[in-house]
Amino acid sequence: MTSGLVIEREVVIEAPAEVVWRTITEPDQISQWFADRVDLVVEPGAHGYLQFGDQGGSVVVETVDPPRRLSFRWNYPAGEDPVTGNSMLVEFTLTPEGAERTRLRVTESGHELRDWPGREKQRYADEHREGWAEYLDRLASVLADRRPR
Amino acid sequence: MTTPADDELWSAIADPSRRRVLDLVVSNGDVSASWLADRVPFSRQAVAKHLVVLERAGLVSRRKRGREVVYQVQADRLDRATRAMAELAAQWDQRLATIKRLAEAAHAATTPAVPGG
Repeated sequence: MTSGLVIEREVVIEAPAEVVWRTITEPDQISQWFADRVDLVVEPGAHGYLQFGDQGGSVVVETVDPPRRLSFRWNYPAGEDPVTGNSMLVEFTLTPEGAERTRLRVTESGHELRDWPGREKQRYADEHREGWAEYLDRLASVLADRRPR
Repeated sequence: MTTPADDELWSAIADPSRRRVLDLVVSNGDVSASWLADRVPFSRQAVAKHLVVLERAGLVSRRKRGREVVYQVQADRLDRATRAMAELAAQWDQRLATIKRLAEAAHAATTPAVPGG
């Protein structure tokens, strides 16, 4: 559903998926790679809080499918429930590549699907797999070529 | 973390039709709404609406040229957007690198050394 939208990054890890899963879901681990302080139980629908320095934000867990998929929403207005359209969705996908190797992919997507009819969403996904980062890069380079130096 | 201003920007470029309009403004510069309407498969009214959204997001600005109004891209806003995206991606690269280090260390700690391997 989020193919090619916004941010998509991945890394290959020399460890089984179960080990990677613990790294991304256990609070004492999360605080090492993500937020400075983590108040979160990784269960579907759980509300938590992430503290980054003197800033913080709420987070709501969506999908928990060990050891394959984890998703949560954040960056939504205080006092509202996060849904498609008012929040950013972060999705982790773990793909085993042999017994001791895992490909970990993360996507962060946001408002692009706000209030769109299904047809439009599909068209967007089909026509714009390159994502916003690439789109903006391309625009910026067109612009740089055009600008007199 | 995104800001409300970013939200406006992301939703402005999320619409494929709007991106088409923005593409044309970027590659041609100083174009009028009717010039744009001749080059896209949707109505003049739709072009006008897209221009309003793009202008509100700070991606294009307009000025008068003789009797017509022409639009140009706001380069600094576009540059800022590109940088914001690159920064978000870099943050995730950094997080993934840390996850990799943690998971590989955890795995190594639980894996008994294989004799002769």
